[in-house]
Amino acid sequence: MSELPHEPVIQQFPDVEWEEAAGALVVPAAKAPEVAQWLHDHNTLALDYCSNVTGVDYLEREVKEKITNDDGQEETVTKTEPGRIDVVYHLYSMRNKTGPLVLKQRTGRDNAEAASLTPVWRSCELQEREIYDLFGVKFTGHPDLRRILMWDEFEGHPMRRDYEEPCDYEWEPTPHGEVLEKHKKGKVIA
Amino acid sequence: MSVATAPNYDLTQRDGLDTSLLEVSMGPHHPSTHGVFRMDVKLDGETVVDLKPVFGYLHRNHEKLAEDMSYLANMPFTDRLDYLNSMTNNWAYALAAEQLVEIEVPERAEYLRVVMSELTRLVNHTCLVGFFINDLGALGTPLLYGFREREKILDLFEEASGARMMCNYFRFGGLRKDVPDGWLDRARKVVDDFPSFLDEYGKLLCENEIILSRTQGIGVLPRDLAVNAGITGPMLRASGVNYDLRKVDAYGIYDRFNFRVPYGEVGDSYDRFMVRMLEMRESLEILKQALEDIPEGPVMGSAPRVFKPKPQEVYGRIEGPKGELGFYLIADGTPKPYRYRVRPPSFINLTVLRDMCLGQKVADAVVILGSIDIVLGEVDR
Repeated sequence: MSELPHEPVIQQFPDVEWEEAAGALVVPAAKAPEVAQWLHDHNTLALDYCSNVTGVDYLEREVKEKITNDDGQEETVTKTEPGRIDVVYHLYSMRNKTGPLVLKQRTGRDNAEAASLTPVWRSCELQEREIYDLFGVKFTGHPDLRRILMWDEFEGHPMRRDYEEPCDYEWEPTPHGEVLEKHKKGKVIA
Repeated sequence: MSVATAPNYDLTQRDGLDTSLLEVSMGPHHPSTHGVFRMDVKLDGETVVDLKPVFGYLHRNHEKLAEDMSYLANMPFTDRLDYLNSMTNNWAYALAAEQLVEIEVPERAEYLRVVMSELTRLVNHTCLVGFFINDLGALGTPLLYGFREREKILDLFEEASGARMMCNYFRFGGLRKDVPDGWLDRARKVVDDFPSFLDEYGKLLCENEIILSRTQGIGVLPRDLAVNAGITGPMLRASGVNYDLRKVDAYGIYDRFNFRVPYGEVGDSYDRFMVRMLEMRESLEILKQALEDIPEGPVMGSAPRVFKPKPQEVYGRIEGPKGELGFYLIADGTPKPYRYRVRPPSFINLTVLRDMCLGQKVADAVVILGSIDIVLGEVDR
């Protein structure tokens, strides 16, 4: 997806990985602010404009993979891919009118944490707050990390793929089906 | 002397008197906030010393809902984002989805897409200018002048798509249907009549003394901050950055038209207002050329019956009337998008609201908010 060359970034920062399928650079959170500042200040890349910031939630899943075992025969094994949350940044250059270069920070689903790039690009400010709100990713170094679209007392992160809404407002005196199931789990507040 | 009733206020001494800051919650039901938007303002007298935008009152988790529907089923849903500009919302989504599978858009459809989105830009800018002047205190008259012209364009939309505002007109690979007979002539008439309205509007507003004194030097947005904060659209260009996606990306067939990109020098509220007034003239230029050259032919390409793209990620963006409207789609091989993200221009343009309002009067905060051009359907999603 990236249209700008990614090789210079990888040469400068060996920790950064190139993900071919998504066309994105995967940056470890510890290095992210440094890489971001470097991209921002770079002479030819000059990525002065961070357009879009968003999160993507991947649940733990099983993947089937074909491998060749020691006897030289093909075999299908099932591997478990751990769940993760990607924070995706689409970077453009307003000076050169080029782009995009896609940057990703990857974090686990429990205690999700990423480095805030708001000190480099102010445009991340509200968008990272939105990711914190809806995905539950904590951004270290963000100047004002609060919920933004949901209210402060809200619990949970609705954009997570396993989010289940409490069904307190659809209570019926004779619950059936789905409502009854939720009631048994204690999710219905009568 | 102490203020007995307000124990939590920070008292400061001024001219030998105890004084404190006043906290005002403007909105969500304030007529100047264009919907359900709230500003928590801290005032020293009438001067704004702190401001926090609060939103989410219209939040319905658009993105989550969209993940549960097929790609095409989301098309009418995009109308509800920025409900003034359904045509451009449709285009941005179609542009992103068309990257997922190879679809050729027919010539006539490309022209009609340009026509529709430039008409939408006219609608948005006339309304915005009307509301902006409304915020300044000229209640009604300029707004209704704008609405009078908007009505003519909405009639065109209704004829073509069946709906005035929720048009749902675009499809992946073209348009839902062709425009009816005589529509192009009626569109040409609207385009020919529009400049005289703009002259009238301009004469009324552009050099009006009250408007000048209320907007010039108010809410200045410096160029560097505008770029860094990801501001897009007329607001960015008012700060002196020549960045228009119709020129930069030249999506669709925008490279075939001759038009100029107006941009400001100071970046104050007046520039933001003027950039929109000038942009309308350029939209008319594009419309004239497009309506002149439009060919006959089909309006729908050979789109697959079942839209089931291979796993991949795309980002499509267009120059919406409010700024860069982008759609980030992740396909996973099923008929539903795995991730559907809207990059809402007016949401991100609000990043700098506080920076622009600090040190201004509270009445100017209303003007500055009006000059940003927000629609809460898009901000809250």
